[in-house]
Amino acid sequence: MTDDERQRLARLEVNLERRAAVFRLTRRFFDEQGFLEVDTPIRSPAIAPEKEIIPFQSEGWFLAPSPELYMKRLLVAGYARIYQMAHCFRKAERGRLHNPEFTLLEWYRAGADYTAMIKDTERLVLFMADQLGLGESFKYQGKTMELSAPWGRITIRDLYMQMAGWDPVADPDPARFDEDMVNKVIPYLNPHRPMVMMDYPASAASLARLKPGNPQVAERAEVFMGTIELANAYSELTHPAEQKARFVEETERIRREQGRNAPLPQRFLDSLEHLPECAGIALGMDRLVMLLCDAAAIDEVMPFTSDTA
Amino acid sequence: MDIEDARKGTKILLDGVPYNIEDAEFMKPGKGRAIYRYRLRNLIDGSSLERTYHSGEKLQGANITTREGQFLYKEGGHFVFMHTDTFEQYLMDERILADKQNYLKEGMVIVTMFLGDKPLDITLPIFIEAAVMKSDVTTRTDTVTAQMKRATLETGLEIDVPVFIKEGDTIKVDTRTGGYVERVVTKK
Repeated sequence: MTDDERQRLARLEVNLERRAAVFRLTRRFFDEQGFLEVDTPIRSPAIAPEKEIIPFQSEGWFLAPSPELYMKRLLVAGYARIYQMAHCFRKAERGRLHNPEFTLLEWYRAGADYTAMIKDTERLVLFMADQLGLGESFKYQGKTMELSAPWGRITIRDLYMQMAGWDPVADPDPARFDEDMVNKVIPYLNPHRPMVMMDYPASAASLARLKPGNPQVAERAEVFMGTIELANAYSELTHPAEQKARFVEETERIRREQGRNAPLPQRFLDSLEHLPECAGIALGMDRLVMLLCDAAAIDEVMPFTSDTA
Repeated sequence: MDIEDARKGTKILLDGVPYNIEDAEFMKPGKGRAIYRYRLRNLIDGSSLERTYHSGEKLQGANITTREGQFLYKEGGHFVFMHTDTFEQYLMDERILADKQNYLKEGMVIVTMFLGDKPLDITLPIFIEAAVMKSDVTTRTDTVTAQMKRATLETGLEIDVPVFIKEGDTIKVDTRTGGYVERVVTKK
C-alpha cells in the first residue's frame, strides 16, 4: 500500500464512521415501522430496459442497476412494506455525485402513492439529522440546509415555465428537457432547502403510473437537497399491458440508437397483473452520507471508487 | 473513442488540434441523458475552451507522446533534431517552433511532444545560457535608474540587458518571459 493511499483512507475514517451510523439509523427507522429488510440478487438475466442507464454484463446476465423489479415481485407475493440497501451498478457514471457502483436505498409501500414516499423521506432525513445530533438543520459546503417539513413541492410544468420558459408537459422534448434540467433548473435551486419536483411528463414516466385524470403527466417525483438530487419516487405502474408496451418501445429504441440488446424481464412482466396498488422510492445513500458529512464529492464517503479500486 | 472512456487527462483531437481534458464535470439528471462538460487545453498554443458532450457521442483520441531530443542544426526553414535514445533525426518547421526557435542552441536537449510520429511542439528548459553576439555601446551615465540596452544573442534572440554587459559575455535568460536573469561568470 502506498503512503498516499494509507493517508487517503485514514482521512476518510470520520466519514466512514458517519456512513456506518447512517446505515444503522436507516435500518432502525424502517425496522421500527414494521418494514422488512430484503436482499435480492445483484446479478439477473434481465433488467428494466432504460436507454440512459447502461448496465454491466456478467456472463450474459446483468448487474442490477436497481433492485426495483425484484422488490415488486415481493409486493406481488403480499409483502406490503419492504426496504433494501443494495449495491447497484451503472456503467460510465462517474463524477462528483456518481460512481459506477453505488448504494441505493429502496423502499415500497402497498396501498400508497408517491406522496406517501415523499413524506417518508422527510421523516427519514429529519430522524437521521436528529439522531446524529444535528437538529433540524446542518451545514453543507458553507450553506445552512434547513430541513423542517413540509418540503416545498412544485410541479415540473411550473418549474420549467419559471426557470426555462417552456412547458415540457404540453410540448414534450426529452433531449431539451434533460439539457435544461442540468443547465437552467438544477444550478438555480435554493441551496438552503430540500425541494420536491412532481409530475414528470408522460414521456419520462419510466415505471411510474400516469396520473389518474391527467395522463399527460406521470406520478413521479424527485427529491432534491439543495442542488443535489437525492431520491426518485413513483406511484408504481401496475398495468401489465401498459408496462410491457413501454418496455418493448424502450427496447426497440435501445437497439436502434445504441445497438444494444436489452432482453425483456419476462418474469417481472408476468407477475405484474397481481401487483397491488403501491408506491416506491430509490434514494442515493452515498449522497445522503455526503450531505450529512459535508463532503464535496462521493469520493469522500466511500473507501474505494472506480478510480482507486 | 466513446465519450464514456474519456476522463481528466485524456488527449483528444478537435479539427486536428490536440487538446488535453483538463477538467471534466459529469452531470446526469435521474433517468436522463448524461452530460459531460470539459475544460480543454489546447496543447499547441495553451489556450483553453469549454465544450459540452452527451452520452453516445464519440471523441477522436489523440496519441500524444513526449520524448527527449537534441537540437543539431538549422537548415533552410527547418530545425533538425535527434532523438537522444535512438539517434534518429527529425525535422521541425520554423513556423511551428515560432518564438521558441530563438532559444535553441546547438547541442541543447529539449522535450518534444509528438502526435503519432509528427513533432508538434517543444518544451524548452526554463533557463538557457547564451553568448552576447552584438550589443550597442551606451554612453549615458547621468541617471540613477537601471540602464538597459538591446543585445542580440547567439541564438538570434534580441533582448534588453544591463549596460555593463559586453559582447562575448554569457548571460542567463528566462525562456518563459524572454527576460535577462544574470551574467554567467565563466571560468577561464
